[in-house]
Amino acid sequence: MKLLKLVPDDTNIDFLKWRTWAFGISLLLMVASVGLVATKGLNFGVDFIGGQMIRATFTESTSAPVTELRETVAKLGYGDPTIQRFGAENQVSIRMKLPDGADKNPELANTMATKITETLKAGHPDVRIDGVDSVSGKVSEELFSTGMRALLAAMAGVSIYIWFRFEWQFGVGAIWSLLHDVTLTFGLFALTGWEFDLNIIAALLTIIGYSLNDTVVVYDRIRENLMKFRKMEMASLLNLSVNETLSRTVMTSVSISLPLIILVLFGPDVIFGFSAAMAFGIVVGTYSSIYQAAPILIWLKVGSHSFVPTDDAGSKAERIDDNFGAKP
Amino acid sequence: MLDFPRWRVWMLNTLIIFGVLFAIPSLLPAQMRDQLAQFVPTPTINLGLDLAGGSHILLEADTSQLAETRLEALEDGVRTAMRRADPQIAIADVSRADGQLSFTVSDVSKVDAAREALIPLTSNATGSRDWNIGVNDGNWLIVTPEGTGNEAALDQAMDTAKDVIDRRINALGTLEPTIIRQGDNRIVVQVPGLDDPAALKALIGKTAKLEFKLVDEMADPDQTAQGKARVGSQVLPYPDNPSGLPYIAVRRLGGISGDKLEKADPTFDSQTNQPAVTIQFDSEGGQKFARMTQQNVNKLFAIILDGQVISAPQIREPIFGGVSQISGSFTTESANALSISLRSGALPVDLKIVEERSVGPDLGADSIRRGVLAAVIGTTAILVLMFLVYGRFGMYANFALVINIAMILGVMALVNATLTLPGIAGFVLTIGAAVDANVLINERIREELKRGRRIVQAIEVGYKEASRAIFDANSTNVIAAVLLFFFGSGPIRGFAVVLMIGIVTSVFTAVTITRMWVSRWVKRTRPHELTI
Repeated sequence: MKLLKLVPDDTNIDFLKWRTWAFGISLLLMVASVGLVATKGLNFGVDFIGGQMIRATFTESTSAPVTELRETVAKLGYGDPTIQRFGAENQVSIRMKLPDGADKNPELANTMATKITETLKAGHPDVRIDGVDSVSGKVSEELFSTGMRALLAAMAGVSIYIWFRFEWQFGVGAIWSLLHDVTLTFGLFALTGWEFDLNIIAALLTIIGYSLNDTVVVYDRIRENLMKFRKMEMASLLNLSVNETLSRTVMTSVSISLPLIILVLFGPDVIFGFSAAMAFGIVVGTYSSIYQAAPILIWLKVGSHSFVPTDDAGSKAERIDDNFGAKP
Repeated sequence: MLDFPRWRVWMLNTLIIFGVLFAIPSLLPAQMRDQLAQFVPTPTINLGLDLAGGSHILLEADTSQLAETRLEALEDGVRTAMRRADPQIAIADVSRADGQLSFTVSDVSKVDAAREALIPLTSNATGSRDWNIGVNDGNWLIVTPEGTGNEAALDQAMDTAKDVIDRRINALGTLEPTIIRQGDNRIVVQVPGLDDPAALKALIGKTAKLEFKLVDEMADPDQTAQGKARVGSQVLPYPDNPSGLPYIAVRRLGGISGDKLEKADPTFDSQTNQPAVTIQFDSEGGQKFARMTQQNVNKLFAIILDGQVISAPQIREPIFGGVSQISGSFTTESANALSISLRSGALPVDLKIVEERSVGPDLGADSIRRGVLAAVIGTTAILVLMFLVYGRFGMYANFALVINIAMILGVMALVNATLTLPGIAGFVLTIGAAVDANVLINERIREELKRGRRIVQAIEVGYKEASRAIFDANSTNVIAAVLLFFFGSGPIRGFAVVLMIGIVTSVFTAVTITRMWVSRWVKRTRPHELTI
């Protein structure tokens, strides 16, 4: 049987040739992402800004009467609703700010939800209420801060692990490429206006996990080659390592992307943002292992001297000396 | 490396069989599972509310209010203790402010006696002190909360509140609620299958503290309207006041509380035919109620629920049987809800709903259907690709993957984990990670063969060299998953659980199990050629 080869044998692409360009473009995209988040902002769901979200499906209609809904809900006097289609054309989410004083008296939030659902039911007999989420300001602040803390802790935690398993330069490379992936994903959400909720934090954390998975595989090969080819120039060594692991990178990215793409296309609408974020993250994460995590090692002056066998403390001390003396 | 002693093969096979066995109940339809449960234990995966539909309510206690209640109780205790002291100790200027209670003892010579009388009130059952007593200016006593008194009281109150909520929800019938305490002052209530939680909220959101107090009939209506009361009285809201004024003044002392009830049932007022609630005091409460009504015939008394007056009828004759009727503007539902709440006892502390989520069953079912569909299509695509790219070794990886899926389900059922929507996604991703391990191994074997190693050696080196990267990659994922679990909440945790279980099982199946199969194949056939 002839087996399928996603990457031909003896592929040798000079990836690192474009490292300065790639780095520049990435930097630009990161700045643009931060800018977008700062100016346009993220479309936070009720998880993070508090408020009420009612999801409804108009079972007998082909599309939901968004404009009309906006007017009728606004007439109830609770302020203007944010109405979005999610998933199918006949599904909407209606987001409201919680009424003043609802923190003290949850009854007010209750009444608002009841009034809105009753109005919907009165105007549209085919409406089906799929869910009501009501999150108070205090809880949403907590959810936001714990979510952000989880992100930072995960990034710091895995980078420290890399630092211990490899060398500090690898730790820096890892955290930089994670920062890169997370920033660009934030940018994507600011650009598209997709709802940013708790699930997206879960997606970001998974992206961190996978981007790192990729980085670790490349780093592992770099370490191996550093010990094997002591004299090789760093850029060629990185190229060799990336090329050697290329068929694995392609195969794994394709395998992981397959279920994600299917989740985006056919998966539950509720996790569209989640799946889309992860699919994006896999692509960006794979790119960043090659074009961010690897070249940083050149700039941080990693060489084979970094991996002279470390049997005892004495040789470690020598190695530090080496670091100063060596000219790559 | 490729040597597999017999005992190891047995152990691994046993592990696989158990993992797969535990997965079976979760895959069966509910009906078959119930039949099976009669013969063998059937651990099953719980579906999260986002998949099964249902309501999630997060309640938060008002801690400042609890401290205030404790202080009030202390004040009552102090007044009683001073009155009952022999000889009586006269006190004045009683005030509660800044979380402390202060008063002056009118007769300076009795300060020591007053302190003595306070001691039983300020220490708790375990003998440690809950309150500190200080004396200022000779006769000014200040009682301040000491140490963990407030925290312990909160802890106790939350435990009681949890029980009360449990009783109230159970009164609603066949729901299967999960009620757990979260943090210091929160309670999570999850009720699967209930997508309209209005009735539930009406039930658990009410403190249901019932009090009977005498109406201050000497109060000046103009003063009452401004919220001002005479000394010894207080103004309470009274929305249904027949006089039209939504307030009423009641006497602070001399009332009784309605927490000593034996029964509370919805009923109809025999005169107006409006819904009402009848209550039956227990013997102690009944005696107090009899005494109160006996001493105050022809006066008005206010029935107060959660600080709001429901009605203020006249006491026409003493009530000895301990049975009373509460009528107000009830509907049948609210009368029913109130009687359930009164029966299950008052919440020891006010609870506010700070988060509420409900998912309709249709949306949940749709999510499961599409989530499972995506998982099945995704997995199938991977299986086909793996076979096309790695041939025999791809098939080993595929079998391992199927076992991996079963084992994740099995372990989840065993630890009674909850599968949420993000959990399904975590599942899909774990599959990806498992595949990556096999890809790493197979690519490495390919490379080693290309370098001219013999087959057995190439396989050995391939597993060994790839294991390092697999270990590092999975370790970092474990770190991320653990952090996710500790920092995350709700759905994120569900995701983290699947990820953690999946990492362990996928390393087991993708590395150990495939190696066992590969080594068996190599031993049996002694291949001269390997297509990979």
